[in-house]
Amino acid sequence: MADRISLQVLRYRPEQDGQPTMQEYEVPCLKEWVVLDGLNYIKDQLDGTLSFRWSCRMGICGSCGMTVNGEPKLTCATFLTDYAPGPIRVEPLRNFPIVRDLVVEMGDFMRKLVKVKPWVVRKEERPLSEGEFRQTPEQLDEYKQYSMCINCMLCYSACPVYGLDPLFVGPAALALAQRYNLDSRDEGSKERMDALSQHDGIWGCTFVGECTRACPKNVDPAGAIQRYKLSASLAWLKAFFMPWGARDGR
Amino acid sequence: MSVSHDIVLVGGGGAGLRAAIAIAQFNPRLSIAVVSKVYPMRSHTVSAEGGAAGVIGADDSLEEHIYDTISGGDWMCDQDAVEVFVKEAPEELLRLEHWGCPWNREPDGRVAVRPFGGMKKKRTWFAADKTGFHMLHTLFQTSLKYTRIVRYDEWFVTKLLVDDGRVQGVVALELMSGKVQPITAKAVILCTGGCGRIFPFTTNANIKNGDGMALAYRAGAPLKDMEFVQYHPTGLPFTGILITEAARAEGGYLINKDGYRYLQDYNLGKPEPHPVFRSMELGPRDRLSQAFVKEEEKGRTISTPYGSVVHLDLRHMGEKVINAKIPFVRELCLKYQNIDPVTELVPVRPVVHYMMGGVHTDINGATPLAGLYAAGEVACVSINGANRLGSNSLPELLVFGARAGKVAAEFATSAAEPSSAVYAQAEDEKRRLERDYLRKTEGQERLATIREEMQKSMEQSAGIYRSGNTLAQGAAKLRELQQRFANVAISDSSRTFNTELPAALELAFMLDVAETMIQSALWREESRGAHQRTDFPARDDQRFLAHSLARRQSDGTCGIEYLPVTITRWPPGERVYGK
Repeated sequence: MADRISLQVLRYRPEQDGQPTMQEYEVPCLKEWVVLDGLNYIKDQLDGTLSFRWSCRMGICGSCGMTVNGEPKLTCATFLTDYAPGPIRVEPLRNFPIVRDLVVEMGDFMRKLVKVKPWVVRKEERPLSEGEFRQTPEQLDEYKQYSMCINCMLCYSACPVYGLDPLFVGPAALALAQRYNLDSRDEGSKERMDALSQHDGIWGCTFVGECTRACPKNVDPAGAIQRYKLSASLAWLKAFFMPWGARDGR
Repeated sequence: MSVSHDIVLVGGGGAGLRAAIAIAQFNPRLSIAVVSKVYPMRSHTVSAEGGAAGVIGADDSLEEHIYDTISGGDWMCDQDAVEVFVKEAPEELLRLEHWGCPWNREPDGRVAVRPFGGMKKKRTWFAADKTGFHMLHTLFQTSLKYTRIVRYDEWFVTKLLVDDGRVQGVVALELMSGKVQPITAKAVILCTGGCGRIFPFTTNANIKNGDGMALAYRAGAPLKDMEFVQYHPTGLPFTGILITEAARAEGGYLINKDGYRYLQDYNLGKPEPHPVFRSMELGPRDRLSQAFVKEEEKGRTISTPYGSVVHLDLRHMGEKVINAKIPFVRELCLKYQNIDPVTELVPVRPVVHYMMGGVHTDINGATPLAGLYAAGEVACVSINGANRLGSNSLPELLVFGARAGKVAAEFATSAAEPSSAVYAQAEDEKRRLERDYLRKTEGQERLATIREEMQKSMEQSAGIYRSGNTLAQGAAKLRELQQRFANVAISDSSRTFNTELPAALELAFMLDVAETMIQSALWREESRGAHQRTDFPARDDQRFLAHSLARRQSDGTCGIEYLPVTITRWPPGERVYGK
């Protein structure tokens, strides 16, 4: 194995660059090193002007998503040696505006997150004195998978629909809506459905499944959206044929 | 330009978000700003794994949790604070349950609890081994309900605005635009977490640079008990990724190079096949990390390119239990160490994990500086004393986040508007950032070199064992690095998402905080909890049953004073484990 590897990194500084360019750096290619270690080597030893986000380096904070050789990846969990002898292309996540270098603008997602009401909705709050909601391990399993999303944006980067239609709510936010819909403590599925059953809500998804393949946490947003569509269709049918019985919306 | 809120929270992790929600509920008319250098869900609370302690078992009692915490802290905890904490922890965890936190459950649907290090009963609530992740996302998502909470995501606070002895806001840098501006407020709550990045080998995320501690210290608030740095006994070599204590609580063994459960040689009890409370692998973290060093001295550890290790053996637990109880441990080992704990031994070594010390606060999170509050790891109340017990930090950020929020809200409801003097201060701060960083053209020192030298020196001088000699060397090295920092080169002068500028500011913060650690450790001539002096190996209650307060002097040096520990019902005793 070569002991060095070349990283071709997208550079874009809006104050001086008209458009993005690629810049090549050589970094050590150690067995333990991930792409993020290579970027930090560049930042610390070669070029302090390179900008990128990172924090936990253990695949849980969701900061360091980038496009590595064309695929959305958490760079803290992507080993350099898997790409030997290189070179490795490192670009910002796709489908987002580039702020600078490897940093993208994710304000759109943050706004969509609020839209799906990702919190427990109750008609009446339960007083603390009444203790916990009983929730069996089976009921927990119903939504647990959808609660594992780290908001790393890899699924948005992989989603062909979001790339074409920025109004589409998108995989992570929809999976999160489903996470609360399926939680036995929640009573908000009807409210969420009202917000999401428009064309740019769930219906935009053409079920390509790229989001689920890109997800580093096995959340399966595609499955969540599919289930959501099914329950939305059923609710619609119910409302159409039995308008008196459509209230719970599940 | 400037903006104004009633309360500014610095930091959007567990403590900050809990405080924000508490304020919004206490007085919905108050305008709340959450100013965080990362998006809140990136905050380091996200990395906490094992769980959150709160008494709910029928066989458990508040009294026992209090005693475990106080003895675990080697009698340095303020006992009135511990009582409040233990009493309020279960209701805070329950509140999080009502907000949707996916706590693990018993078959009948009640919340499940697991054992944890230094705890005599099962009282640790957990969401598999991603407890911090689930708590943080639950808090963040719940906070989105409250329209009075205004977020400043990716804004870096550089300074506290203080006039007339009262904190009246912050100066912050918006990373996206490079804009520097004051955000004034009637009260400021620091919730910035710890400072593990001062050391070379740490579980802490890149963002843990002691920002809030340095901001408070520079503004004149004292830092308390800064000599107490927790080493967690089980970090993966090279990355420092934490392998949660839950791995041992669920049955894992620590073995040396001979396959021997060495903790039995260190007054921690006898090895049993199954975990025993307050014994062996479920001893407290300080004692386990110290045992590692002794084992290393005896030549019974395994050497690797990334330092000596011992092994964590989970194989006997079996795939099913590992997947059900500690799935993240398996994921981390597979992804980052290329090891499967179902069939292989996991190499581990002690790793800097948590700061017991922090900004001096009272039981409500108030600092001695009017208008300034602190909660979570950045603060020292103190409930953690000389050694924090595992699973006490997550409930701590809830209990004291909520308390600080409420008290700050009361203060802000009646406090005067910010004075005009703070705007002039903000202009000065803007000029300082331009002059010393962005427009600086000279400078030969490399940022990363100074940072690495600081980290290495801190490990050598103020690691698991310290002495007067090593600490004096550390102090001298820090003085040298402070001088060299003035000559640091900044190559990035652009405004748009400049990450070199915050990295330089963070290094300056860390150098200040490191100095308070060294000085506090130098003055404490005894051994207690996580502070072990080879030249003063015994605990000395006569002289040092007292908190150290590190205060910045007018000449810029760090002065140390002492404040007696609050003892109520539990007189200092011997820490006994394994019996």
